[in-house]
Amino acid sequence: MKWLNPFFWLDDKISPRWRGVYTLFKKELLRFWRVAFQTIASPILTALLYLLIFSHVLESHVKVYDQVSYTAFLVPGLMMMSLLQNAFANSSSSLIQSKVMGNIVFLLLTPINTLEFFAAFLAASMIRGLLVGLSIYLVALCFVSVPTVYPGWIFAFALLGSALLGTFGIIAGIWADKFDQMAAFQNFVIMPLTFLSGVFYSIHSLPPFWQAVSQLNPFFYMIDGFRYGFFGHGDVSPWLSLAVVGSFLLALAWLCLKMLKSGYKLRS
Amino acid sequence: MKIKSNSPSSDEVGFRFLWDSERSYVAAAIEISGITKRFGEFEALRGVDLRIEQGEFFALLGPNGAGKSTLINLLAGLLQPTSGSIRIMGHDVQTDYQRARSALGVVPQELVFDPFFNVREMLRFQAGYFGRGPENDAWVDEVIEGLGLTDKAHTNMRKLSGGMKRRALIAQALAHKPPVIVLDEPTAGVDVELRQMLWAFIQKLNQQGHTIILTTHYLEEAETLCERVAMMKQGKIVALDTTRALLKSHAAKQLSLRLAGALPTQLQSLLKQQNGDEVVLALSELSQVEMVLSVLREANVAIQDMQLQEADLEDVFLNLVGNQKGVQA
Repeated sequence: MKWLNPFFWLDDKISPRWRGVYTLFKKELLRFWRVAFQTIASPILTALLYLLIFSHVLESHVKVYDQVSYTAFLVPGLMMMSLLQNAFANSSSSLIQSKVMGNIVFLLLTPINTLEFFAAFLAASMIRGLLVGLSIYLVALCFVSVPTVYPGWIFAFALLGSALLGTFGIIAGIWADKFDQMAAFQNFVIMPLTFLSGVFYSIHSLPPFWQAVSQLNPFFYMIDGFRYGFFGHGDVSPWLSLAVVGSFLLALAWLCLKMLKSGYKLRS
Repeated sequence: MKIKSNSPSSDEVGFRFLWDSERSYVAAAIEISGITKRFGEFEALRGVDLRIEQGEFFALLGPNGAGKSTLINLLAGLLQPTSGSIRIMGHDVQTDYQRARSALGVVPQELVFDPFFNVREMLRFQAGYFGRGPENDAWVDEVIEGLGLTDKAHTNMRKLSGGMKRRALIAQALAHKPPVIVLDEPTAGVDVELRQMLWAFIQKLNQQGHTIILTTHYLEEAETLCERVAMMKQGKIVALDTTRALLKSHAAKQLSLRLAGALPTQLQSLLKQQNGDEVVLALSELSQVEMVLSVLREANVAIQDMQLQEADLEDVFLNLVGNQKGVQA
């Protein structure tokens, strides 16, 4: 069955020039795959519980878009929420664990450059996020029918969202010195921004003030653009969402690369 | 002087300078020039210059806080120097860091490991980071065997004993077959069996042309293994010479005597230690033994027991870096 393993086919074919980044990417993938129960199955179960409970309680009380049931409305939101949280968790937890355990030294001793380091951690984070999001979609289809009006937008926002949070995770992993700092980052930044981004509601159901506040939240644009891909409806234009999310991604990637290049908190 | 351009893609990465057919220039394994390192107000390294040739077995000794670990971290690129430069196999650790790091394998002091993978996986990953692929597996197997890890190759790093973790740590530094190997106290807290196994393997690597730089608590190891020694104190190198020359120039031989009478006044200047009728005299050279015996004969002092002790590196060390309690290499 080893031919089912993609690395079985790739290992021999990678040139020495790209082997460093490839190895780091492979290690990061295997790191979460080895504990897939915790990293993949657990967030899927959590999302499904949200879906079952919220849809059961709110299906007949909350009206979102015409022709779209609340349960169907919830699915893209939950997918994106889990995708973002897991992309963040992958890079951040890997880095903070390596820093606390001290084994990051084995990475810092290598000739892997800044861009390769960033790319390997980012790609593994994106794959974990996308895998969780896709799994939630496939399982949710057992309970509810969810259209995919613009698959291109779905794909674009899934990629951008996972890249943005994967990058955010690298930054947090470099910055944090202890697990509790990382937990604070996750609980006081990522969690509120995700929950207040329109996962469970359309911002049109909020008072004008809170609608305006929601539009300052970059997570809102990721979820709204992603949802637009499913239903062809959104609270704002998908192009605006794309511009906001793309700009944030570029800004964070620039910051992250700058931190890595300067050796901030890694090399003194 | 001509420096031949090189590429790290060769399997013999780093050895290229050594085996340069033109023999026009052979880069030092490590060349440290005017290195200083400050941490705020504290100056950890104060102008260190050091050249270690390819193929040497070199010891870096000094008490805690002397700056050895700082120097190793600078070599490895884990720290950035305040001033000065370091070249590994001719490659600057800052401007040409990829080639410099490819040429270096460092065994860290702390027992650190990745809890997700087994020994063989970790070694393959480590080699992979340096651009080594499946073609390097034979070398990984050789390292595993050489360090007595064959039975544990498929054991998760978490489940290894302290000694086995230490072996795996050393194996990780060797996984990409670096020409320059830095062992930062590799035998701290490990049993005799591992020490012997490790030194046999490291000596074999040294004979194959690898440069070895060692720091250790055990000065007798440095004395036995290393051709040259640098001793550091307060961020400076206070002694740098061959082990033999250091032993000759800095440490006196010791002549222990049990005497039937008092030590003659002519010998008081040589007295190092006295305990009742037992005296220890410090001699700078062997020919002084004859003089001591002659003075004792003239003074009619009988010798009840006599022992001549060779000086060791510990004497040199204490002599140079001070008689500090709890001193470490």
